[in-house]
Amino acid sequence: MNFFTDFGRFVLFMKQTLHRPQKWGVFGSILVREMYNIGIQSLLVVVLIAVFTGAVTTIQTANQLITPSDLFPTQLIPKFVVGAVVSTSSILELAPTVTCLVLAGKVGANIASEIGNKKISEQIDAYEVMGINSASFVALPKIIAGIIVIPSLIIVANFLLIYGGVLATKFTSALTMDDLIEGARMVFHPEYVKIMLIKAFIFAFIITSLSSYQGYYTEYGALEVGEAGTKAVTRICIFILFFDLIIAQIFLGL
Amino acid sequence: MIQIENLWKAFNGKEVLKGIDAVFKPSIPNLVIGASGSGKSVILKNLVGLVEPDQGKILYGDEDFADMDYNEKQHIRRQIGMLFQNNALFDSLTVEQNVEFPLKMFTKLNPSERLDRVNQCLKMVDLENSNKKFPSEISGGMKKRVGIARAIVLEIKYLFCDEPNSGLDPLTSRVIDDLIAQLTVDLNITTVINSHDMKTVKDIGENIIFIYKGEKWWQGSKDEIESARKNNPELDSFISASF
Repeated sequence: MNFFTDFGRFVLFMKQTLHRPQKWGVFGSILVREMYNIGIQSLLVVVLIAVFTGAVTTIQTANQLITPSDLFPTQLIPKFVVGAVVSTSSILELAPTVTCLVLAGKVGANIASEIGNKKISEQIDAYEVMGINSASFVALPKIIAGIIVIPSLIIVANFLLIYGGVLATKFTSALTMDDLIEGARMVFHPEYVKIMLIKAFIFAFIITSLSSYQGYYTEYGALEVGEAGTKAVTRICIFILFFDLIIAQIFLGL
Repeated sequence: MIQIENLWKAFNGKEVLKGIDAVFKPSIPNLVIGASGSGKSVILKNLVGLVEPDQGKILYGDEDFADMDYNEKQHIRRQIGMLFQNNALFDSLTVEQNVEFPLKMFTKLNPSERLDRVNQCLKMVDLENSNKKFPSEISGGMKKRVGIARAIVLEIKYLFCDEPNSGLDPLTSRVIDDLIAQLTVDLNITTVINSHDMKTVKDIGENIIFIYKGEKWWQGSKDEIESARKNNPELDSFISASF
Protein backbone atom coordinates (compact mmCIF):
# COMPACT_ATOMS: atom_id res chain seq x y z
CA MET A 1 0.00 0.00 0.00
CA ASN A 2 1.50 3.32 -0.99
CA PHE A 3 1.83 6.33 1.29
CA PHE A 4 -1.10 8.28 -0.16
CA THR A 5 -3.54 5.35 0.05
CA ASP A 6 -2.46 4.75 3.63
CA PHE A 7 -2.75 8.43 4.50
CA GLY A 8 -6.22 8.62 2.92
CA ARG A 9 -7.33 5.61 4.92
CA PHE A 10 -5.96 7.22 8.09
CA VAL A 11 -7.94 10.40 7.38
CA LEU A 12 -11.13 8.36 6.87
CA PHE A 13 -10.41 6.45 10.08
CA MET A 14 -10.06 9.71 11.99
CA LYS A 15 -13.25 11.05 10.42
CA GLN A 16 -15.07 7.97 11.69
CA THR A 17 -13.34 8.15 15.07
CA LEU A 18 -13.88 11.81 15.94
CA HIS A 19 -17.60 11.49 16.59
CA ARG A 20 -19.71 12.31 19.61
CA PRO A 21 -19.80 9.21 21.85
CA GLN A 22 -23.04 7.23 21.60
CA LYS A 23 -23.36 6.88 25.35
CA TRP A 24 -21.50 9.38 27.54
CA GLY A 25 -21.67 7.20 30.65
CA VAL A 26 -20.01 4.25 28.93
CA PHE A 27 -17.50 6.57 27.27
CA GLY A 28 -16.61 8.16 30.62
CA SER A 29 -15.90 4.84 32.32
CA ILE A 30 -13.74 3.67 29.40
CA LEU A 31 -11.92 7.03 29.38
CA VAL A 32 -11.00 6.71 33.06
CA ARG A 33 -9.73 3.16 32.49
CA GLU A 34 -7.66 4.30 29.51
CA MET A 35 -6.21 7.23 31.49
CA TYR A 36 -5.11 4.74 34.12
CA ASN A 37 -3.67 2.35 31.51
CA ILE A 38 -1.79 5.04 29.60
CA GLY A 39 -0.86 7.34 32.49
CA ILE A 40 -0.47 5.51 35.78
CA GLN A 41 0.84 2.34 34.14
CA SER A 42 3.57 4.35 32.40
CA LEU A 43 4.54 6.46 35.38
CA LEU A 44 7.32 4.23 36.69
CA VAL A 45 9.13 3.94 33.36
CA VAL A 46 8.83 7.71 32.82
CA VAL A 47 10.21 8.41 36.30
CA LEU A 48 13.18 6.09 35.83
CA ILE A 49 14.05 7.37 32.38
CA ALA A 50 13.71 11.04 33.36
CA VAL A 51 15.83 10.81 36.50
CA PHE A 52 18.62 8.82 34.85
CA THR A 53 18.61 10.88 31.65
CA GLY A 54 18.75 14.11 33.69
CA ALA A 55 21.68 12.82 35.72
CA VAL A 56 23.60 11.54 32.69
CA THR A 57 22.99 14.72 30.70
CA THR A 58 24.31 16.83 33.58
CA ILE A 59 27.46 14.73 34.03
CA GLN A 60 28.24 14.62 30.32
CA THR A 61 27.55 18.31 29.74
CA ALA A 62 29.74 19.21 32.72
CA ASN A 63 32.46 16.93 31.39
CA GLN A 64 32.43 18.55 27.97
CA LEU A 65 32.05 22.19 28.97
CA ILE A 66 33.80 22.84 32.26
CA THR A 67 36.33 20.08 32.82
CA PRO A 68 39.86 21.28 31.90
CA SER A 69 41.38 19.40 28.97
CA ASP A 70 44.62 19.41 26.97
CA LEU A 71 43.04 21.79 24.46
CA PHE A 72 41.59 24.14 27.12
CA PRO A 73 43.75 23.71 30.25
CA THR A 74 41.85 26.39 32.13
CA GLN A 75 38.12 26.60 32.60
CA LEU A 76 36.71 29.09 30.08
CA ILE A 77 32.99 28.51 30.50
CA PRO A 78 31.21 29.41 33.78
CA LYS A 79 29.75 26.46 35.67
CA PHE A 80 26.17 27.76 35.59
CA VAL A 81 26.16 27.24 31.81
CA VAL A 82 25.81 23.52 32.49
CA GLY A 83 22.55 24.23 34.33
CA ALA A 84 21.40 26.41 31.46
CA VAL A 85 22.11 23.70 28.88
CA VAL A 86 20.57 20.90 30.92
CA SER A 87 17.37 22.77 31.79
CA THR A 88 16.83 24.13 28.29
CA SER A 89 17.42 20.79 26.61
CA SER A 90 15.17 19.13 29.20
CA ILE A 91 12.27 21.45 28.55
CA LEU A 92 12.63 21.62 24.79
CA GLU A 93 13.77 18.15 23.86
CA LEU A 94 14.36 15.53 26.51
CA ALA A 95 11.03 15.78 28.34
CA PRO A 96 8.68 15.81 25.35
CA THR A 97 10.62 13.88 22.70
CA VAL A 98 12.50 11.23 24.67
CA THR A 99 9.49 10.56 26.90
CA CYS A 100 7.20 10.19 23.89
CA LEU A 101 9.64 7.91 22.07
CA VAL A 102 9.58 5.68 25.16
CA LEU A 103 5.78 5.89 25.33
CA ALA A 104 5.61 4.98 21.63
CA GLY A 105 7.12 1.62 22.56
CA LYS A 106 5.04 1.10 25.66
CA VAL A 107 1.65 2.71 24.97
CA GLY A 108 1.67 2.59 21.16
CA ALA A 109 2.47 -1.11 20.88
CA ASN A 110 -0.06 -1.87 23.60
CA ILE A 111 -2.89 0.01 21.89
CA ALA A 112 -2.13 -1.45 18.46
CA SER A 113 -2.06 -5.03 19.73
CA GLU A 114 -5.17 -4.58 21.90
CA ILE A 115 -7.26 -3.21 19.02
CA GLY A 116 -5.66 -5.70 16.61
CA ASN A 117 -6.72 -8.56 18.86
CA LYS A 118 -10.26 -7.20 18.95
CA LYS A 119 -10.22 -7.03 15.17
CA ILE A 120 -9.07 -10.58 14.50
CA SER A 121 -11.41 -12.03 17.12
CA GLU A 122 -14.38 -10.29 15.39
CA GLN A 123 -15.10 -8.05 18.41
CA ILE A 124 -14.85 -4.99 16.16
CA ASP A 125 -17.38 -6.58 13.78
CA ALA A 126 -19.60 -7.31 16.76
CA TYR A 127 -19.64 -3.60 17.68
CA GLU A 128 -20.53 -2.68 14.10
CA VAL A 129 -23.32 -5.24 13.83
CA MET A 130 -24.78 -3.93 17.10
CA GLY A 131 -24.97 -0.47 15.54
CA ILE A 132 -21.97 0.97 17.37
CA ASN A 133 -19.42 3.15 15.57
CA SER A 134 -16.57 0.73 16.25
CA ALA A 135 -13.70 3.08 15.32
CA SER A 136 -15.00 5.76 17.64
CA PHE A 137 -15.83 3.30 20.41
CA VAL A 138 -12.39 1.69 20.55
CA ALA A 139 -10.12 4.58 19.52
CA LEU A 140 -11.67 7.82 20.78
CA PRO A 141 -11.28 7.10 24.53
CA LYS A 142 -7.64 6.17 23.95
CA ILE A 143 -6.94 9.33 21.96
CA ILE A 144 -8.65 11.62 24.49
CA ALA A 145 -7.00 9.80 27.41
CA GLY A 146 -3.60 10.12 25.71
CA ILE A 147 -4.08 13.84 25.07
CA ILE A 148 -4.90 14.34 28.75
CA VAL A 149 -2.31 12.15 30.46
CA ILE A 150 0.72 12.17 28.15
CA PRO A 151 1.30 15.95 28.54
CA SER A 152 0.95 15.43 32.30
CA LEU A 153 3.61 12.72 32.16
CA ILE A 154 5.84 15.05 30.18
CA ILE A 155 5.49 17.81 32.79
CA VAL A 156 6.41 15.28 35.50
CA ALA A 157 9.33 14.08 33.37
CA ASN A 158 10.57 17.63 32.98
CA PHE A 159 10.79 18.20 36.75
CA LEU A 160 12.43 14.82 37.21
CA LEU A 161 15.04 15.53 34.54
CA ILE A 162 16.13 18.61 36.49
CA TYR A 163 15.96 16.59 39.71
CA GLY A 164 18.18 13.95 38.07
CA GLY A 165 20.65 16.72 37.31
CA VAL A 166 20.54 17.87 40.92
CA LEU A 167 21.19 14.30 42.07
CA ALA A 168 24.17 14.10 39.70
CA THR A 169 25.78 17.12 41.37
CA LYS A 170 26.03 15.05 44.57
CA PHE A 171 28.38 12.64 42.81
CA THR A 172 30.66 15.13 41.08
CA SER A 173 32.97 17.82 42.38
CA ALA A 174 32.88 19.69 39.07
CA LEU A 175 29.51 21.26 39.70
CA THR A 176 27.28 22.20 42.64
CA MET A 177 23.54 22.18 42.91
CA ASP A 178 23.57 25.97 43.14
CA ASP A 179 25.45 26.22 39.83
CA LEU A 180 22.85 24.04 38.19
CA ILE A 181 19.87 25.92 39.60
CA GLU A 182 21.42 29.29 38.85
CA GLY A 183 21.94 28.35 35.20
CA ALA A 184 18.44 26.93 34.91
CA ARG A 185 16.91 30.12 36.31
CA MET A 186 19.03 32.37 34.13
CA VAL A 187 17.84 30.96 30.81
CA PHE A 188 14.32 29.97 31.73
CA HIS A 189 11.80 31.39 29.31
CA PRO A 190 8.03 30.75 29.48
CA GLU A 191 8.01 30.37 25.69
CA TYR A 192 9.98 27.13 26.11
CA VAL A 193 7.24 25.66 28.26
CA LYS A 194 4.69 26.59 25.62
CA ILE A 195 6.77 24.78 22.97
CA MET A 196 7.09 21.77 25.27
CA LEU A 197 3.32 21.60 25.72
CA ILE A 198 2.65 22.00 22.00
CA LYS A 199 5.00 19.09 21.36
CA ALA A 200 3.34 17.11 24.16
CA PHE A 201 -0.17 17.44 22.72
CA ILE A 202 0.92 16.72 19.15
CA PHE A 203 3.03 13.71 20.15
CA ALA A 204 0.22 12.38 22.34
CA PHE A 205 -2.16 12.53 19.39
CA ILE A 206 0.41 10.83 17.13
CA ILE A 207 1.01 7.99 19.60
CA THR A 208 -2.65 7.19 20.27
CA SER A 209 -4.14 7.81 16.83
CA LEU A 210 -1.47 6.02 14.79
CA SER A 211 -1.45 2.99 17.06
CA SER A 212 -5.27 2.82 17.05
CA TYR A 213 -5.28 3.05 13.27
CA GLN A 214 -2.65 0.36 12.91
CA GLY A 215 -4.57 -1.98 15.21
CA TYR A 216 -7.94 -1.28 13.61
CA TYR A 217 -6.75 -2.39 10.18
CA THR A 218 -5.10 -5.59 11.37
CA GLU A 219 -6.14 -8.61 9.34
CA TYR A 220 -5.84 -12.38 9.51
CA GLY A 221 -4.20 -13.57 12.73
CA ALA A 222 -1.84 -13.38 15.69
CA LEU A 223 1.24 -12.83 13.53
CA GLU A 224 -0.33 -9.70 12.04
CA VAL A 225 -1.21 -8.41 15.51
CA GLY A 226 2.50 -8.51 16.37
CA GLU A 227 3.33 -6.81 13.08
CA ALA A 228 0.74 -4.11 13.78
CA GLY A 229 2.48 -3.34 17.08
CA THR A 230 5.89 -3.13 15.44
CA LYS A 231 4.61 -1.00 12.56
CA ALA A 232 2.83 1.32 14.96
CA VAL A 233 5.99 1.92 17.01
CA THR A 234 8.14 2.49 13.93
CA ARG A 235 5.69 4.95 12.39
CA ILE A 236 5.10 6.80 15.66
CA CYS A 237 8.85 7.27 16.15
CA ILE A 238 9.29 8.58 12.61
CA PHE A 239 6.37 10.99 12.91
CA ILE A 240 7.45 12.21 16.37
CA LEU A 241 10.93 13.02 15.07
CA PHE A 242 9.52 14.63 11.93
CA PHE A 243 7.11 16.86 13.88
CA ASP A 244 9.84 17.59 16.43
CA LEU A 245 11.87 19.07 13.60
CA ILE A 246 8.91 21.01 12.20
CA ILE A 247 8.01 22.50 15.60
CA ALA A 248 11.62 23.39 16.34
CA GLN A 249 11.92 25.15 13.01
CA ILE A 250 8.62 27.01 13.43
CA PHE A 251 9.28 28.27 16.96
CA LEU A 252 13.05 28.37 17.25
CA GLY A 253 14.38 28.33 13.69
CA LEU A 254 16.47 31.25 12.60
CA MET B 1 -38.75 -10.93 6.41
CA ILE B 2 -35.50 -10.30 4.56
CA GLN B 3 -35.20 -10.43 0.82
CA ILE B 4 -32.10 -10.25 -1.33
CA GLU B 5 -32.37 -9.52 -5.01
CA ASN B 6 -29.70 -10.01 -7.65
CA LEU B 7 -26.81 -9.74 -5.16
CA TRP B 8 -23.36 -9.50 -6.72
CA LYS B 9 -20.03 -9.20 -4.97
CA ALA B 10 -16.44 -9.48 -6.21
CA PHE B 11 -13.12 -9.22 -4.38
CA ASN B 12 -10.09 -8.11 -6.41
CA GLY B 13 -11.94 -8.92 -9.63
CA LYS B 14 -12.97 -12.41 -8.49
CA GLU B 15 -16.73 -12.82 -8.41
CA VAL B 16 -17.82 -14.40 -5.14
CA LEU B 17 -21.58 -13.84 -5.37
CA LYS B 18 -23.28 -14.03 -8.74
CA GLY B 19 -26.78 -12.61 -8.73
CA ILE B 20 -28.20 -14.27 -5.62
CA ASP B 21 -31.96 -14.02 -5.03
CA ALA B 22 -33.42 -15.30 -1.77
CA VAL B 23 -36.18 -14.77 0.73
CA PHE B 24 -35.63 -15.37 4.44
CA LYS B 25 -38.90 -15.91 6.25
CA PRO B 26 -39.76 -15.05 9.86
CA SER B 27 -40.33 -17.66 12.59
CA ILE B 28 -38.51 -20.46 10.78
CA PRO B 29 -34.77 -21.19 10.65
CA ASN B 30 -33.43 -20.13 7.23
CA LEU B 31 -30.26 -22.02 6.36
CA VAL B 32 -27.59 -20.98 3.89
CA ILE B 33 -25.49 -24.04 3.13
CA GLY B 34 -22.54 -24.72 0.90
CA ALA B 35 -18.93 -25.77 0.86
CA SER B 36 -16.18 -23.57 2.28
CA GLY B 37 -15.47 -20.74 -0.15
CA SER B 38 -18.88 -21.00 -1.82
CA GLY B 39 -19.80 -17.47 -0.70
CA LYS B 40 -22.21 -18.09 2.16
CA SER B 41 -20.22 -16.04 4.67
CA VAL B 42 -20.10 -13.19 2.16
CA ILE B 43 -23.91 -13.31 1.94
CA LEU B 44 -24.13 -12.99 5.72
CA LYS B 45 -21.61 -10.13 5.78
CA ASN B 46 -23.63 -8.34 3.10
CA LEU B 47 -26.80 -8.85 5.11
CA VAL B 48 -25.34 -7.16 8.21
CA GLY B 49 -23.41 -4.52 6.28
CA LEU B 50 -19.88 -5.65 7.05
CA VAL B 51 -19.39 -5.88 3.28
CA GLU B 52 -20.96 -3.60 0.65
CA PRO B 53 -22.59 -5.38 -2.31
CA ASP B 54 -21.44 -4.40 -5.80
CA GLN B 55 -24.98 -4.70 -7.07
CA GLY B 56 -28.37 -5.80 -5.83
CA LYS B 57 -30.88 -5.12 -3.07
CA ILE B 58 -31.07 -6.26 0.54
CA LEU B 59 -34.59 -5.58 1.75
CA TYR B 60 -35.42 -5.48 5.46
CA GLY B 61 -39.18 -5.26 5.08
CA ASP B 62 -39.49 -2.53 2.45
CA GLU B 63 -36.21 -0.76 3.23
CA ASP B 64 -33.18 -1.36 1.02
CA PHE B 65 -30.26 -1.84 3.44
CA ALA B 66 -27.71 -1.72 0.62
CA ASP B 67 -28.87 1.76 -0.35
CA MET B 68 -28.72 3.28 3.14
CA ASP B 69 -26.08 5.62 4.52
CA TYR B 70 -24.06 4.74 7.63
CA ASN B 71 -26.50 6.25 10.15
CA GLU B 72 -29.56 4.63 8.57
CA LYS B 73 -27.76 1.29 8.64
CA GLN B 74 -26.96 1.75 12.33
CA HIS B 75 -30.70 2.12 12.97
CA ILE B 76 -31.44 -1.23 11.26
CA ARG B 77 -28.48 -2.86 12.98
CA ARG B 78 -30.03 -2.19 16.37
CA GLN B 79 -32.73 -4.67 15.38
CA ILE B 80 -30.09 -7.25 14.48
CA GLY B 81 -28.44 -9.86 16.66
CA MET B 82 -25.50 -11.88 15.45
CA LEU B 83 -23.81 -15.02 16.65
CA PHE B 84 -20.27 -15.02 15.29
CA GLN B 85 -18.32 -18.10 14.29
CA ASN B 86 -15.72 -17.38 16.99
CA ASN B 87 -18.38 -15.94 19.32
CA ALA B 88 -16.75 -12.46 19.37
CA LEU B 89 -17.35 -12.18 23.10
CA PHE B 90 -15.65 -9.21 24.76
CA ASP B 91 -12.86 -10.97 26.57
CA SER B 92 -12.33 -8.31 29.23
CA LEU B 93 -15.99 -8.51 30.31
CA THR B 94 -17.73 -11.21 32.32
CA VAL B 95 -20.63 -13.25 30.93
CA GLU B 96 -23.08 -10.89 32.63
CA GLN B 97 -21.32 -7.77 31.33
CA ASN B 98 -21.19 -9.21 27.80
CA VAL B 99 -24.93 -9.75 27.73
CA GLU B 100 -25.57 -6.43 29.47
CA PHE B 101 -23.43 -4.47 27.01
CA PRO B 102 -26.10 -3.77 24.32
CA LEU B 103 -28.55 -2.76 27.05
CA LYS B 104 -26.02 -0.27 28.44
CA MET B 105 -25.43 1.17 24.99
CA PHE B 106 -28.97 1.39 23.67
CA THR B 107 -31.46 1.51 26.52
CA LYS B 108 -32.20 3.73 29.48
CA LEU B 109 -32.79 0.82 31.86
CA ASN B 110 -31.37 1.20 35.34
CA PRO B 111 -28.80 -1.35 36.61
CA SER B 112 -31.34 -3.59 38.36
CA GLU B 113 -33.63 -3.62 35.31
CA ARG B 114 -30.65 -4.47 33.14
CA LEU B 115 -29.66 -7.29 35.46
CA ASP B 116 -33.19 -8.69 35.36
CA ARG B 117 -33.14 -8.69 31.55
CA VAL B 118 -29.66 -10.26 31.47
CA ASN B 119 -30.75 -13.04 33.82
CA GLN B 120 -33.91 -13.57 31.77
CA CYS B 121 -31.85 -14.02 28.58
CA LEU B 122 -29.30 -16.26 30.28
CA LYS B 123 -32.20 -18.39 31.52
CA MET B 124 -33.60 -18.58 27.97
CA VAL B 125 -30.29 -20.04 26.78
CA ASP B 126 -30.09 -22.29 29.84
CA LEU B 127 -26.98 -20.63 31.23
CA GLU B 128 -27.57 -19.63 34.80
CA ASN B 129 -24.98 -19.32 37.57
CA SER B 130 -22.16 -18.30 35.22
CA ASN B 131 -22.70 -14.56 35.40
CA LYS B 132 -19.36 -13.67 36.93
CA LYS B 133 -17.19 -15.92 34.76
CA PHE B 134 -15.02 -14.55 31.99
CA PRO B 135 -15.23 -15.98 28.44
CA SER B 136 -11.84 -17.65 28.91
CA GLU B 137 -13.28 -19.61 31.86
CA ILE B 138 -16.22 -21.23 30.06
CA SER B 139 -16.58 -24.01 27.47
CA GLY B 140 -17.18 -23.60 23.73
CA GLY B 141 -20.86 -24.50 24.06
CA MET B 142 -21.31 -22.02 26.90
CA LYS B 143 -19.65 -19.30 24.83
CA LYS B 144 -22.19 -19.95 22.05
CA ARG B 145 -24.99 -19.59 24.58
CA VAL B 146 -23.55 -16.31 25.85
CA GLY B 147 -23.27 -15.15 22.22
CA ILE B 148 -26.92 -16.03 21.63
CA ALA B 149 -28.02 -14.36 24.88
CA ARG B 150 -26.15 -11.19 23.90
CA ALA B 151 -27.68 -11.31 20.42
CA ILE B 152 -31.29 -11.51 21.67
CA VAL B 153 -31.04 -9.22 24.70
CA LEU B 154 -32.35 -6.17 22.80
CA GLU B 155 -35.57 -7.78 21.57
CA ILE B 156 -34.32 -8.02 18.02
CA LYS B 157 -36.18 -8.73 14.78
CA TYR B 158 -33.36 -10.49 12.95
CA LEU B 159 -30.83 -13.09 14.09
CA PHE B 160 -27.79 -14.13 12.06
CA CYS B 161 -25.69 -17.13 13.01
CA ASP B 162 -22.37 -17.77 11.30
CA GLU B 163 -21.46 -21.44 11.61
CA PRO B 164 -23.04 -21.81 15.06
CA ASN B 165 -21.74 -25.38 15.42
CA SER B 166 -18.13 -24.80 14.50
CA GLY B 167 -15.80 -26.21 17.11
CA LEU B 168 -18.55 -27.96 19.05
CA ASP B 169 -19.03 -31.66 19.73
CA PRO B 170 -22.05 -33.31 18.01
CA LEU B 171 -24.16 -33.36 21.16
CA THR B 172 -23.62 -29.70 21.99
CA SER B 173 -24.18 -28.83 18.32
CA ARG B 174 -27.66 -30.34 18.45
CA VAL B 175 -28.45 -28.45 21.65
CA ILE B 176 -27.37 -25.15 20.07
CA ASP B 177 -29.37 -25.90 16.89
CA ASP B 178 -32.49 -26.66 18.90
CA LEU B 179 -31.98 -23.54 20.98
CA ILE B 180 -31.71 -21.30 17.90
CA ALA B 181 -34.76 -22.95 16.30
CA GLN B 182 -36.77 -22.57 19.51
CA LEU B 183 -35.82 -18.90 19.95
CA THR B 184 -36.73 -18.21 16.32
CA VAL B 185 -40.26 -19.43 16.98
CA ASP B 186 -40.66 -18.03 20.49
CA LEU B 187 -39.39 -14.54 19.60
CA ASN B 188 -40.98 -14.52 16.12
CA ILE B 189 -37.74 -13.37 14.51
CA THR B 190 -36.15 -13.89 11.10
CA THR B 191 -33.16 -16.15 11.56
CA VAL B 192 -30.47 -16.81 8.97
CA ILE B 193 -27.95 -19.55 9.74
CA ASN B 194 -24.79 -20.26 7.78
CA SER B 195 -23.84 -23.88 8.05
CA HIS B 196 -22.19 -26.79 6.34
CA ASP B 197 -23.38 -29.25 8.97
CA MET B 198 -25.87 -31.65 7.34
CA LYS B 199 -27.17 -32.69 10.74
CA THR B 200 -28.27 -29.10 11.30
CA VAL B 201 -29.89 -29.08 7.86
CA LYS B 202 -31.87 -32.24 8.58
CA ASP B 203 -32.86 -31.15 12.08
CA ILE B 204 -33.98 -27.56 11.65
CA GLY B 205 -33.76 -26.73 7.90
CA GLU B 206 -37.19 -25.30 7.16
CA ASN B 207 -35.93 -23.03 4.39
CA ILE B 208 -32.60 -24.07 2.88
CA ILE B 209 -30.57 -22.24 0.26
CA PHE B 210 -27.69 -24.17 -1.26
CA ILE B 211 -24.90 -21.96 -2.60
CA TYR B 212 -22.49 -23.39 -5.14
CA LYS B 213 -19.58 -21.33 -6.46
CA GLY B 214 -21.33 -18.05 -5.68
CA GLU B 215 -24.68 -18.99 -7.22
CA LYS B 216 -27.94 -20.07 -5.65
CA TRP B 217 -28.03 -23.68 -6.79
CA TRP B 218 -31.07 -24.98 -4.98
CA GLN B 219 -33.73 -23.88 -2.49
CA GLY B 220 -36.12 -26.03 -0.51
CA SER B 221 -36.79 -27.58 2.88
CA LYS B 222 -35.29 -30.48 4.84
CA ASP B 223 -38.12 -32.70 3.58
CA GLU B 224 -37.27 -31.95 -0.04
CA ILE B 225 -33.50 -32.15 0.06
CA GLU B 226 -33.22 -35.95 -0.26
CA SER B 227 -35.35 -36.07 -3.39
CA ALA B 228 -33.65 -32.99 -4.84
CA ARG B 229 -30.16 -34.45 -4.60
CA LYS B 230 -31.00 -37.17 -7.13
CA ASN B 231 -31.23 -34.63 -9.93
CA ASN B 232 -28.63 -32.26 -8.59
CA PRO B 233 -25.07 -33.66 -8.67
CA GLU B 234 -23.52 -30.65 -6.89
CA LEU B 235 -26.01 -30.89 -4.02
CA ASP B 236 -25.60 -34.65 -3.93
CA SER B 237 -21.84 -34.31 -3.78
CA PHE B 238 -22.09 -31.79 -0.90
CA ILE B 239 -24.47 -34.02 1.09
CA SER B 240 -22.46 -37.19 0.41
CA ALA B 241 -19.25 -35.53 1.55
CA SER B 242 -20.90 -34.57 4.83
CA PHE B 243 -21.30 -38.15 6.01
